[in-house]
Order: sequence, then C-alpha cells, then structure tokens
Amino acid sequence: MEGSSAHRYRDGARAVAPLAVAVLGFGISFGLLARSAGMGWLAPIVMSATTFAGSAQFAAVSILGAGGTVAAAVAAAVLLNLRYGPIGVSVAPWLDGPAWWRFLRAQLVVDESWALAAEGEGRFDPRILVGAGLLLYVSWVAGTAIGTLGGQALGDPKTLGLDAAFPALFLALLLLQLRNRRTIVAAILGGATALALTPVAPAGVPIIAASAACLIGLARK
Amino acid sequence: MTDAWIVVLAVGSATVAIKSLGPVLLGGRPLPSAVTRVVELLAPALLAALVVTQALASGQSISPDARLVGMAAAGIALWRKAPILVVIVVAASATALTRSFV
Repeated sequence: MEGSSAHRYRDGARAVAPLAVAVLGFGISFGLLARSAGMGWLAPIVMSATTFAGSAQFAAVSILGAGGTVAAAVAAAVLLNLRYGPIGVSVAPWLDGPAWWRFLRAQLVVDESWALAAEGEGRFDPRILVGAGLLLYVSWVAGTAIGTLGGQALGDPKTLGLDAAFPALFLALLLLQLRNRRTIVAAILGGATALALTPVAPAGVPIIAASAACLIGLARK
Repeated sequence: MTDAWIVVLAVGSATVAIKSLGPVLLGGRPLPSAVTRVVELLAPALLAALVVTQALASGQSISPDARLVGMAAAGIALWRKAPILVVIVVAASATALTRSFV
C-alpha cells in the first residue's frame, strides 16, 4: 500500500472529495450567516482562511449575530477548538522536518483530515492528512467567499442532507479503528460521555470530555 | 476596529496556536510510551463522540431527526462493505429524501 509520496497526497484528496462538496455547501451557508450577522464580506473570508474550523466559526458568528459579546463569541469558539490540542499531539510524531513546515501542516488538521489519516494504533499518514486537509481548506474558503459575496443559489445544505455526510464519514472511520477490546471500550466511553454532557455543558466541552476516555490507555494491558 | 474583526483575529490566532502546539513542540519525535498508549485511543474515543453528537444533537439538545435515517442507511452500506464515498452519498441522499417527505 506504500505508493509514492505524490500518490499518497492524491489519495488523501481523493478520499475526502465527496466530503469537500458538503464542506463547500457549509462554507456557503457560513458566508451567508456571517454576512447577515453584519460581519461584512472580508472578515468571514479571513476567518475561514485563518481559523479553518467550521463548528467554532458557526458558534462565534451565531453569538455575534444574536447580539452576544465579543468575549462570549471568542470563548465559545476557543472551547470548540481545544480538541485540536490533543489531536495535534497525536499527529506530532508523524510530522517531521523544520518547525515552519510542521507549523504549516498543523493548520491543515481538521477532524476529517485527521480521521482519514489515522491508520490505527496511533499511526498517521501525514501525506493523507495534507492532501485531504488542502482540498477541504480550499472548499471551505471558496464556499465562504461564495456565501459572503451573495451566493444564495444553493439554499440550505440541510435540504440536500449534507449534514448527515459528516457523521456518516466519522462512523465509517470509527469502524476501521475498532481493532481490539481497548479501542471498543474507548469508543463506547467517548460516545456515552459526549451524549450525556451535550444537554448540560457548553458546546465544545462534551467533545473535550469524551477525548479524556483515551486515558484508559494508561491502564496496564 | 469592529467587534467582527476582533473576533476574527482572536479566534484565528487562538486556533492557529492550539493546532500548532503539538506539531511544533513535539514534532518528528516518538512520544513517550505512556503518551502513545493514550493517544492511540484518541481516534476511537473522539470519532465516537463526533458520530453521536453530529447524528443526534442540534445545539445543546438531543433531537433525533432525518439524520438518523441517513445513519441507518450508512450502516447498511458499511455492512455491505461499500466504499466510503458510497457510504457518504447514501447517508446524505437518505436524509434528504426523508426531509422531502416528512
């Protein structure tokens, strides 16, 4: 399976291609939402290009649009993105080269590119990560630009069922991860924690708490 | 500077910093074995959390809707060993169809 380097980048882009359509759709709806929240056209595009994390951006812009404070908007977005701390540690051994090159590739880490690059047992393919991440990045920023510059054509991406594309991808990738009893226990604990905390904790906290389920790895085998 | 730009700059710089932390400080070296044992379980724990929240939650409430039909269809496609592309298309189509009828 170890194709040439260029092939693995392309494999990453190809694997994420169907999702890129959904990301483009949500990028457009993010652009529309941000525009209607009074952010103008440039700020949403800059946000997508620098933050590149959908759920956090939707949260921050919704809070601003509803008349919330700057502090509340920033806090919600940062909380939602805290999961990228442990996610970054998990891919760190596989990102080599100079610091600036590791820094740049780290920006392409989003849930989808990270999950596609996961090969199980803590191994990651950095080329899949970069190939998938780049295509998603372009889709997200382009979608945002179309949305803020007035693209109403697509309508609500939910009408096309695009919101179901993400959990379906994550389910497919989760099944590949379930190799032994420990991974199954971690998945059940993580899923149950997120479900239990969603109604009571601020957005972002259930996912962070769920990722703590991996601490069972400290127990002796 | 407007509120919008303050949010864009604050969230952007915080996210860039959070994403870079691990790869810049720890990049290219094997992690200590205790950390490896923990992070190899991060994918199953986090993916399960993403599946249940994105399939069941709307904001802070657990509200099952047409997405569940899509997830069931995705489950069947996975059971039939369909490629991931097919699984995603099946999930979105089943969800869209359900919404158009309900």
